[in-house]
Amino acid sequence: MGSPVLEFSKVTLLFDEVVGLENVSFRLEAGDSLVILGVAGSGKSVLLKVALGLYRPDAGHVYLFGEQIDGMREKELHGLRRRVGMLFQESALFDSLTVGENVAYPLVNQSGGAPDDPEGIESRVREALRFVELEGALEKLPSELSGGMRRRVGIARAIVNGPPLVLYDSPTAGLDPITAHTIMTLILKERDASEVASVLVTHRLQNGHLLANFRYHPASEELRPAPRDEDGRGSRTRFLVLRQGRLVFEGDQEDLNRQQDSYLRNFGTLSR
Amino acid sequence: MSGHAIAALFQRPHYWSDVWLQMDIIGVGSLPIVALTGFFSGAVMALQMFDTLATFGATAKTGTAVSFTLVLQMGPVLTALMMAGRNSAGMASELGSMAVTEQIDAMRALGTDPIKKLVAPRLLATMVVLPLLTAIADFIGMFGGFVISYFVIRLSPTQYWTSTYRDLRVDDVVHGLTKPLVFAFAVALVGCYSGLSTRGGTQGVGRSTTQAVVAASVMILALNLLMTQIFVRG
Repeated sequence: MGSPVLEFSKVTLLFDEVVGLENVSFRLEAGDSLVILGVAGSGKSVLLKVALGLYRPDAGHVYLFGEQIDGMREKELHGLRRRVGMLFQESALFDSLTVGENVAYPLVNQSGGAPDDPEGIESRVREALRFVELEGALEKLPSELSGGMRRRVGIARAIVNGPPLVLYDSPTAGLDPITAHTIMTLILKERDASEVASVLVTHRLQNGHLLANFRYHPASEELRPAPRDEDGRGSRTRFLVLRQGRLVFEGDQEDLNRQQDSYLRNFGTLSR
Repeated sequence: MSGHAIAALFQRPHYWSDVWLQMDIIGVGSLPIVALTGFFSGAVMALQMFDTLATFGATAKTGTAVSFTLVLQMGPVLTALMMAGRNSAGMASELGSMAVTEQIDAMRALGTDPIKKLVAPRLLATMVVLPLLTAIADFIGMFGGFVISYFVIRLSPTQYWTSTYRDLRVDDVVHGLTKPLVFAFAVALVGCYSGLSTRGGTQGVGRSTTQAVVAASVMILALNLLMTQIFVRG
């Protein structure tokens, strides 16, 4: 087993007296997926921000691509963050930039604001927008887009520079079921096409189920059940469940379904 | 944050297009309000000073009184206060909205330092345009004083304009234009800090905006007192 792309070791984060995370440990290997479940306020989004170094833990260590980031200066973190794609809960697109400029931002930023190859950047932006089926929205402003379209642009921005790790913060929150399925299809498409490691924060149980049990089928452009191995366990997807900042479960979906704890049963019932 | 923002002025990358954009928003956008403020301050000062000077038989010094007060005190302070009301508030609400919609976090996540990208261009732009706007306000204020002197007080144009510039020393002009350079820090840094530290959704944005205007205004008045003390007492 190589060095994990992301590792938390006994991470604790406090906001004044309120616990954000408490003694959380886990590892994520390259190409694997992690589904983080929990009720609102359980620390799911906080965990993603700690993973990116946006919040610094009060105790414990965080390793990103094998490098310990909890003691790093902001300047040192910038290089590592460019290797991570992040879809924020409300997309967090820059209001003053067009869709094309938003998606190009990570590429332009890597070149210090003065890109050597603007044509190459434009072609990659178009490719990323084609991936999320929004090539026609290149010149639109975020305010002209629907919620689902904004998430798709957010995904395009997260994957445009081909990061080996993508973090998704509640990508389907507030969306109708059909749009939510489209977003999940794009997430699986990116995972399966590029073999990237994915961390999905959600409280929509169907999302974890899709990530664990389905794969993107390029020919039909739809999701199909993943083939299962001899143990009947088919995926490289693990589930973490958070409760008030504490990690109360880690395992695969079968393990989660077997839990008897009333809190955990909330997250296992759908896939039974 | 202030130290980081000042250091960012000298570090790469420099976001020059953002600096030009901010100079346009802060400078060109503030011209009408600054011009109006300057005009009415100069006019009212001429009116008030004439009344006082008349008791000493020194109405010919109306221009001197207007130019001194404008260049050394009213021009820099009123222009900076207008800028605090317009631009500190604008910066606080814009950056505050970005903070509560996670755009600042997204910027950091995409490997950009928000201080360099958002604060440094606003600080640099304010440092360049505030002294220029002050000079414009001073001149328009003197013109406002002239309008009152000519049409109401009936001083001759030569009498007014000669007294306006004759007693003004280079030192006075330098002091008058040094103040806005210092006030620029209060306008830009207070606005940006209030915006970046916004918490609590749209209500928080409103709070930050109010806080930015109040804090920047008080800071400008306090800095003016301090600098006047330094310039007067040497």
